[in-house]
Amino acid sequence: MLAKRIIPCLDCDLAVPQGRVVKGVEFKKIRYAGVPWELASRYYREGADEIVFLDITASSDRRETMYNVIRKTAENVFVPLAVGGGIKSLEDVRGVFVAGADKVTVNTTALKRPEVISEIAGEYGSQACVVAIDAKRRAGPSEGKITVPTPEGESWFEASFYGGREFSGVDALAWAMEAEALGAGEILLTSMDRDGTYDGFDIPLTQAVSRRVRIPVIASGGCSSPDDILEVFSRTGASAALAASIFHYNEWGVDAVKRYLVEKGVHVRI
Amino acid sequence: MTIAVVDYGVGNLFSIYNALEHIMAGPELITEPEDLRGFDGIVVPGVGSFGRCMRRLARFEPALRSALEEGTQILGICVGMQVLFEGSEESPEEGLGWIDGKVVRLPASVLVPQIGWNTLSIKRDVEILEGISDDDFFYFVHSYHCVPADPSVIAATTEYGQEVAAAISEENLFAVQFHPEKSGEKGLSILENFVRLSRC
Repeated sequence: MLAKRIIPCLDCDLAVPQGRVVKGVEFKKIRYAGVPWELASRYYREGADEIVFLDITASSDRRETMYNVIRKTAENVFVPLAVGGGIKSLEDVRGVFVAGADKVTVNTTALKRPEVISEIAGEYGSQACVVAIDAKRRAGPSEGKITVPTPEGESWFEASFYGGREFSGVDALAWAMEAEALGAGEILLTSMDRDGTYDGFDIPLTQAVSRRVRIPVIASGGCSSPDDILEVFSRTGASAALAASIFHYNEWGVDAVKRYLVEKGVHVRI
Repeated sequence: MTIAVVDYGVGNLFSIYNALEHIMAGPELITEPEDLRGFDGIVVPGVGSFGRCMRRLARFEPALRSALEEGTQILGICVGMQVLFEGSEESPEEGLGWIDGKVVRLPASVLVPQIGWNTLSIKRDVEILEGISDDDFFYFVHSYHCVPADPSVIAATTEYGQEVAAAISEENLFAVQFHPEKSGEKGLSILENFVRLSRC
């Protein structure tokens, strides 16, 4: 039986020579967490099912630093590596794959030029193309937008780009379906309202997207404990849970989270 | 003597190269069929569509067949497993046809592609799976799966909406649907088994 995946996410600031892992709260207020490949290697040894690197600097002159991070990680880490942030072209995709990545995540580029999804899927296969959607709750029904009931009232979800700095006006749910149709292999769904807050995953958002697509959805944003992961797996169709803070600051090891989930009857790889 | 990785222009070979290097198999990426001679073992990777893989692999077919007939150990991975069959529902191109049977789409009852870690059900005691048990997880990424005409070639299956062939072993030909190079330490064990068999 296919296991639910636990994926540590490393947001990388590449403005320093080796790069460093940082973590923001609701996409702001940054906190330092460690050296990227050291953290990745630790998570691998603890049983991470996959590692995601996001270049939050996303500046083309720092691309070489990201390649270096991937190369050093791939020497000792033998689970899939996904890399995102600042991927603008097939040339960028090739660059991270040559460095050792297995998947890319695209957000801004895909929103601005959706064909890039088909281009990546055509060249490297759908499995290599993860579409990252940063979704922000907007109150109330809105013309032409899919309305989702939430405990806080009816909402729709707006897709954000440029690392949460700008809003696209695009309905995140409709965008997830379009991304699937264009050839995305997975959706990495981040709740901007929950990211870094420790308030738990956005269940209505994750439910709404996982019900609308037939590709795996990776739930992200807000994870504070194994119970949050248990909740997102119990109440939504998410195939994987992504978390950062709870792993970075030694609150939980990946292995401890997985043991907890197994006790609760969740099928994960131990 | 080393392990060749057939670099026929599909996808990303860095991961398999890196994993083989890590276990000190001395991998070489081979881009020309005439350079495929004299290796202990040959790895045939494959990602993307069956048709695209076959179109690009076609020029290697005679060299691969000679190697197979000479007894070189060959390991197909993912679509590199599927191309060993006669054909696939995915594309009109013919496969290598070394194993009778075809490649069909995963059932509609499950999310397709299958992406993630799944366990094996080991059907036969084969050397390539030495040290592997039914409790071990491997990383799968695929939308189609192999259906051999003769099920006895199957060494292990996995469960995904139905029983799916996960590993095949027939004389010096091995193939796995999952990615041993991305399956942690147990995946590396399978590559080590392959390298050891190649050097016998």
